[in-house]
Amino acid sequence: MRKTPALARFKEAAIKAFFFTNGILAIVILLGIFIFLLMTAIPAFREIDVGEFFTSRDWNPTSPVQEKYGIVSMITSTFMVTLGSLIIAVPIGIGVAAYLSDVAHWKVREIVKPVIEILAGIPSVVIGFLGIVLFGPIIAKIFGISHGLNALNGSFLLAIMALPTIISISEDSLNAVPRAYSEASLALGASRWQTLMRVKIPAALSGIIAGVMLGMGRAIGETMTVLMATGNAPAFPKGFLRSVRTLTATIAIELGEVPYYTTHYYALFAIGLVLFIITFIVNLISDLILHRYQEREL
Amino acid sequence: MNKKRIFEIIGFFGLRVCVYLVFAALLVFLYDIGSKGGATLSWEFISQAPRRGMTEGGIFPAILGTLMVTIVTAVLAVPMGMFAAIYLNEYARQNRVTRLIRLSIRNLSGVPSIVYGLFGVILFVNIMHFGTSILSAGLTLGLMTLPWTITASEEALKTVPNSYREGALALGATKWQAIRTNVLPYAMPGMLTGTVLGLARAAGETAPIMFTGAAFYLPILPKSFLDQFMALPYHLYVMATQHHSISQVRPLAYGTALVLLILILLMNLTVVIVRYRLRRVKRE
Repeated sequence: MRKTPALARFKEAAIKAFFFTNGILAIVILLGIFIFLLMTAIPAFREIDVGEFFTSRDWNPTSPVQEKYGIVSMITSTFMVTLGSLIIAVPIGIGVAAYLSDVAHWKVREIVKPVIEILAGIPSVVIGFLGIVLFGPIIAKIFGISHGLNALNGSFLLAIMALPTIISISEDSLNAVPRAYSEASLALGASRWQTLMRVKIPAALSGIIAGVMLGMGRAIGETMTVLMATGNAPAFPKGFLRSVRTLTATIAIELGEVPYYTTHYYALFAIGLVLFIITFIVNLISDLILHRYQEREL
Repeated sequence: MNKKRIFEIIGFFGLRVCVYLVFAALLVFLYDIGSKGGATLSWEFISQAPRRGMTEGGIFPAILGTLMVTIVTAVLAVPMGMFAAIYLNEYARQNRVTRLIRLSIRNLSGVPSIVYGLFGVILFVNIMHFGTSILSAGLTLGLMTLPWTITASEEALKTVPNSYREGALALGATKWQAIRTNVLPYAMPGMLTGTVLGLARAAGETAPIMFTGAAFYLPILPKSFLDQFMALPYHLYVMATQHHSISQVRPLAYGTALVLLILILLMNLTVVIVRYRLRRVKRE
């Protein structure tokens, strides 16, 4: 039976609409996450002073005397651990990316790439476990402290987790540098090393920065590794060898114990909202850097 | 030998050291977990339930729970990821809406996993009244996996040459007929393998399931998708930090970590092998 053209057209339009609905869903989910977090965070500020929330260092929601809801210590901890991880991961990550794009034989690349993919595939809880059983004792021994669950340990582990992102995006941007750039540099008598350092890396810098920012977003939002490896002392961080407690770890520790629909419960969602906004901004900036050129072409 | 050349040798050596460091880290990880977890691994360990306050016995309920939750994740994330990818690659024009969709997808993949967990608590546990269950946890993981499955499926669709579509259209096929007969059959293996990688990552996640259904310990196996469950990653977290005698159960924690790693590496390996075969078939 032949369908009438009108019916066929309707069917085509319906199919397109169906796929469009699925496509548009990404926007709906992103907005949904933001709106639901916001709605659940707002009730927290019926009892908590917004100023106190963002400026106080004290977080003690279960105090029998005076409950305190300040997130400065956690935000500082999060940024400290993240900064530490970047100090470790950025030079190594760019080094590996430069090696893959400029030095390595393609056969070596075929081996290194899957290895990095395996590294990226290790679940965060396993990395956190290694922080407890492997890195912790080593750190404790080196620095002569009672245990190694501290900010340094977290930074190490987060560096490992951020590396695959930094490597793959940096390598892509190094490969995207036009050949003419390096050929011109080599023709002028520069060595391959000089070409890499003074021509290719500067030319790929925006992409490398975007990769670093994506890695940073990962590190800020990472939960299980820091929860397991940083010791979780809810105080203002005083150094890399002290235990710290990040935004993510606070949610993970306290949400399981808190009764639903209390100020404390809402306050944890407020932390979640802060976390969402921070990572959103970091990701957006890196996205704008990475896709600025592509969008312009379109 | 001039100075320039010496700098180059030292510089390239430095780059090589970076690669060695990454290799060394991975080897140390795999060796530590492989050797100590291997000592615990036995048929009994993967086929039995924990006993005596989780100080003895196996991790079967956790393996089963992780498989069940991954099924729910797949049911949500695989078809929806494919549909969204079909829209983006086959139908979407380059306009503001499409750019906004792409921006959202990239941003969704950067949302912290614990934020998905919070979202799951609000939406699935509370508003939809699924409670803390396999269903809630699986759907939460599904949402988290969606941006990965969309991207992977789109990559697969991109590999289908345009002439395939044009050929069908030239013969009078409608757009959907062209997609169904000349695009999807060729893109499907790539789409499926890509989505399996996303599922492997989801199976190893802990933060999104902590508050949406994963349980510390359950004496019985889940009977339906509305029951709570034990999961491998959460079980590892519990055995490593929450158990009352952590040092006593350390071997069990190592064993759990090894089983989780093997599960995820197996899923990855399947994909690598299938992809390799596909590439060879295409070349021939």
